[in-house]
Amino acid sequence: MSTLTLQHQTKIHLQEIWSEWLRMIRTPMFALPTLLFPWMFYLFFGVIFGRGSGTAEYLLVSYGTFGIIGPALFGFGVGVASDRQQGLLQLKRVLPMPMSAYFVAKIGLCLIFASCILLGLAIIAMVLGGVRLELLQWLLLFGILLVGTLPFCAMGLFIGIRSNAQSAPAVINLLYLPMAFLSGLWIPIFVMPELLQKIAVVFPAYHLAQLALSVIDKHQGQPLLGHLMILLLFTAVFLLLAGSGWRALRDR
Amino acid sequence: MSQQQLHEVPTQSADGILAEVTGVEHAFGKLQVLNGIDMNVKAGQIVAVLGPNGAGKTTLINMLLGIYTPDAGRIQLFGQTPGDLTVRQRIGVMLQQAEMAETLKAKELVRQFSTYYQNPLSLQQLLQMAGLEEKAESRYGKLSGGEKRRVQFAIALAGEPDMVFLDEPTTGLDVQARRSLWSNIKAYAKRGAGIVLTTHYLEEADALADQIIVIDHGKVVATGTPSQIKQRVSLKQVHCRTSVPVEQLHLHSLIERVEVEKLASQSGDNLTQCILLTQHAEALLRDLLQQDQNLTDLQVKGAGLEEAFLALTQNNATTDKQEQAA
Repeated sequence: MSTLTLQHQTKIHLQEIWSEWLRMIRTPMFALPTLLFPWMFYLFFGVIFGRGSGTAEYLLVSYGTFGIIGPALFGFGVGVASDRQQGLLQLKRVLPMPMSAYFVAKIGLCLIFASCILLGLAIIAMVLGGVRLELLQWLLLFGILLVGTLPFCAMGLFIGIRSNAQSAPAVINLLYLPMAFLSGLWIPIFVMPELLQKIAVVFPAYHLAQLALSVIDKHQGQPLLGHLMILLLFTAVFLLLAGSGWRALRDR
Repeated sequence: MSQQQLHEVPTQSADGILAEVTGVEHAFGKLQVLNGIDMNVKAGQIVAVLGPNGAGKTTLINMLLGIYTPDAGRIQLFGQTPGDLTVRQRIGVMLQQAEMAETLKAKELVRQFSTYYQNPLSLQQLLQMAGLEEKAESRYGKLSGGEKRRVQFAIALAGEPDMVFLDEPTTGLDVQARRSLWSNIKAYAKRGAGIVLTTHYLEEADALADQIIVIDHGKVVATGTPSQIKQRVSLKQVHCRTSVPVEQLHLHSLIERVEVEKLASQSGDNLTQCILLTQHAEALLRDLLQQDQNLTDLQVKGAGLEEAFLALTQNNATTDKQEQAA
């Protein structure tokens, strides 16, 4: 009786993901912008104004990258901040829920939203943009971008622990939007001034985009292993920062 | 399935004690919040921890839940350390400040929290026990304050707990909502669970509890049944200026306590200005007026709960001194 059975653990984790999904899909402030912005941007800039010479293909990947970062940052950042502030986190801590279920639910939610965003983009790309990729390319693209949400989940967790529910959205927008632009997610990196291209390497979004663009062979040509290592380092740093904040929270 | 029986309680001690708090002390930084608390909770018993804001009630509850570890003293639930998973499986909790996800429906929330427990009560039972049947389909954000507390109460009962901790369960509710939640709390205790609730309403402690523990500044200032406590705090204040000597007032059988505001020797007219605490204001007045023709500036006030706590605290301090002197 001292530990929960695996079956019971699984049930709790699935239930937490389901509850988190219901909660967020019914929150228009979260669901609408995270889903609609990537689709709309891609439709305008990738399909309607961007005919010819592989633009639709390139921007599918870059807006995909832009899209999946949203639910990671907002889901974790705003979610953790408000759970903390409302005392829900404290309550869950004293109930017999394994804490892993809390994080799994947040990551699960992020992956579900990221999948919806990518599926929507893929449909727009194929039907309206005439994009044709090999099956393997589609799978790789989805795989990279779904796993690629994790560094941003770590960053969101850190923001959620350090800021309150009112300020978290502003903090995230201040990081997210400039980072997306400067990483070449809205306008291809190669058409940006050389100085901005050099600055881009400090942003994790740039490295994730480069990894994803390598699937259609449109990346800048830096070593892929380098991009991967930088993303891992970024994730580790934010997890460490979040971890110390989390412990301080518990011991308070 | 029998609803009357809680699951087996193998770790419960023979005398039915579920929770045992012995000499608990705790400080946050330099602030001493709890200063030697003792209490027991038995199966089927409702214990109210009564005290003004800042008395240390929430800290005590948080320690019973295992959120903080006491600096000194010991807390045991079912003979185990609070916070252990086995202990957490057997308790239910309503925190003072824990809001649920606004966009989830009442029944969805209750179902979500039920999955944490190995032997949860059914959704129907929980909704019924919390009086929520009609609000099951409503989103949490659309519920009234009382209904939100009911959802939290249903969640507290989800695992059919042997012990329930309710931190200020009815703060902010209107009289009607408060009364109806009381009856639900009582009904659950009848099933044999131990319940600890904190409150700063004497009325609430009186309506619910079998045992009241009054704490102030982290110390137990009184324990007893509601009628014992009420008797101790149902004091009246008699304000007056009198020529009766202070020593005589102290010895008066109807006076619980004398607070001297200005001694006769200090005032120009040889009258002592004082406040007399008594449970029998009418009899005392009759007697005083008869004894003292000069009595003036007479006022009788009901002692509020704050004064009552103060009276209890100071009585306690006086007793301490007497004990030390003895």
